[in-house]
Amino acid sequence: MSTSVLAAGTVGNPVANIAIFALFVAVTMVVVIRASRNNSTASDYFTGGRGFSGPQNGIAIAGDYLSAASFLGIAGAIAVYGYDGFLYSIGFLVAWLVALLLVAEMLRNTGKFTMADVLSFRLRERPVRTAAALSTLTVSLFYLLAQMAGAGGLVALLLDIDSRAGQSLVIAVVGVLMIVYVLVGGMKGTTWVQIIKAVLLITGAAVMTVIVLAKFSFDISGLLGSAQEMISGSTNEIVANRDVLAPGAQYGGSETSKLNFLSLGLALVLGTAGLPHVLMRFYTVPTAREARRSVVWAIALIGAFYLFTLVLGYGAAAIVGPDRILAAAGGQNSAAPLLAFELGGVLLLGIISAVAFATILAVVAGLTITASASFAHDIYASVLKRGKADEQAQVRVSRITAVVIGVLAIGLGILANGQNIAFLVALAFAVAAAANLPTIVYSLFWKRFNTTGALWSMYGGLISTIVLIVFSPAVSGNKTAMLPNLDFDWFPLSNPGIVSIPLAFVLGIAGTLLGGGRPEDPEKAVEMEVRSLTGVGAEKAVAH
Amino acid sequence: MTTDLDRTPTPRVPGAEEFARAQASPEFQDLRNRLRRFVFPMTALFLVWYLAYVLLGAYAHDFMATRLFGNINVGLVLGLAQFLTTFAITAAYVRFANRELDPRAAALRADLEGARA
Repeated sequence: MSTSVLAAGTVGNPVANIAIFALFVAVTMVVVIRASRNNSTASDYFTGGRGFSGPQNGIAIAGDYLSAASFLGIAGAIAVYGYDGFLYSIGFLVAWLVALLLVAEMLRNTGKFTMADVLSFRLRERPVRTAAALSTLTVSLFYLLAQMAGAGGLVALLLDIDSRAGQSLVIAVVGVLMIVYVLVGGMKGTTWVQIIKAVLLITGAAVMTVIVLAKFSFDISGLLGSAQEMISGSTNEIVANRDVLAPGAQYGGSETSKLNFLSLGLALVLGTAGLPHVLMRFYTVPTAREARRSVVWAIALIGAFYLFTLVLGYGAAAIVGPDRILAAAGGQNSAAPLLAFELGGVLLLGIISAVAFATILAVVAGLTITASASFAHDIYASVLKRGKADEQAQVRVSRITAVVIGVLAIGLGILANGQNIAFLVALAFAVAAAANLPTIVYSLFWKRFNTTGALWSMYGGLISTIVLIVFSPAVSGNKTAMLPNLDFDWFPLSNPGIVSIPLAFVLGIAGTLLGGGRPEDPEKAVEMEVRSLTGVGAEKAVAH
Repeated sequence: MTTDLDRTPTPRVPGAEEFARAQASPEFQDLRNRLRRFVFPMTALFLVWYLAYVLLGAYAHDFMATRLFGNINVGLVLGLAQFLTTFAITAAYVRFANRELDPRAAALRADLEGARA
């Protein structure tokens, strides 16, 4: 087995990569099985018994949030485009202030299992829950699909599997493992997978960062200079002309691409606090104060991680060079793995590869439990059974849903393998920002907000975002689109947030005013306000 | 098992009238105003600062590319400043919430959950 960098693009030793990944699966499986012993109630299954501490949950949030896209994607974007990749990570980080200041604690105080619990607290339950569940399922599915499709490319790069059938098999293995984690472990098991993965990912990135900095005698300016030198020396003229130390290499071209970037920035900063799988994590802690501590830990870890990726990205440009990165299987996504191989040989590459796989596994598990909880708790129990389904039935329905979602994810992941659907993650953020965040903020802070406003805002945000993306250049009309042979891209931006997010905020106000301009249940509104700020009557941790 | 013998029994959940009375109380209004006076301006501040940064990144390439020392330019410094302000706002909020919000919320909660009708 070759352990050198092959011209064809694979690196390292696939057997070592698989062995380290198998070790990760074995360890996490033991932890999941041990953690699931006490999974008896619905609260255990959906929220891990609300027994995680703030720091534990903060680490798990980081594990949930730092997807393969943000690890491989951002490091790769910085290595090839420079500064514009860094701009991405800033949006992902600053977004957490919205969660910290406006959402986390009040959500913990008023909700039970899902985002819809908070939204429907003082509004008409069935229509609002239906809308919230639809947007939860949409966001989760887009996000899930992007992760699963990304797994195919990762397989090609790290395991040296080129055949479609081989890649499909690995996607299926990832999907089956994820289903097992969710079925056996519930939220508790999923959380532990995320904690272990976050520790490995952040430690791995930190170690690589120190090695890179040491190579440049801790001279950041020197590192940046070498990165620019390698870029300028690229044999590809377009790459060689880039100034990677300043913005504009990726988005600076036309007015449209500048506007596109602005739109993306808006979706990133407002989307995080509306992502259902992020919101659900706030229910795994016993109190609002612990929810606050979780966000603080998450901000510290995620911030540190993005600073590491900045060094790793420029480090990959300086040490590996853009030509080798772009020639590798997986293109710019291979920047971090190639750098790991360059710095620490087969072992470090194996660890980083295993962590990248673990990342996909942990993120899809988090998405699956969120989507299946929303279906069971919001659609099945509240809408179909009109509140008459007991919690055991909800857990049962949720488990079945998790299997369905898992199978769906495997199928769609295999179909989407190799497709250009990277825009789906940005789309998930745009839907979360447009369909969820306005209603969350209004229902927590605006007394007059009512059901009409919520429905206008949620459906308006959801539909406008999806319609605009369907008619955008991301889907049709050019070579890099999802459907390159068709042409119906009348909307110029591939990031619809700049239109759909303000629209959803305005629709929330317009709907509320047209719907009478006052809450339909003043008593509930008062109760929600008192509960959200004081924690009276908040769901308790399960004591075992 | 979910019995918890060594914990206090589950507190009672107050009725609608008690919630209304609590919400109207000066203590609650004080807590609410303190929270809003902190989070609304702070949210406006970091959103404006972030949008200003993104606008500079999209439309002011030359300014962002201005070298300050070595290869470190304005863009890099402003980007790192975004990290710093995010950490600083987080720290400020935690300090504020621990000192100003938590004791007041705890007192109101104890009142409501302890009150006998």
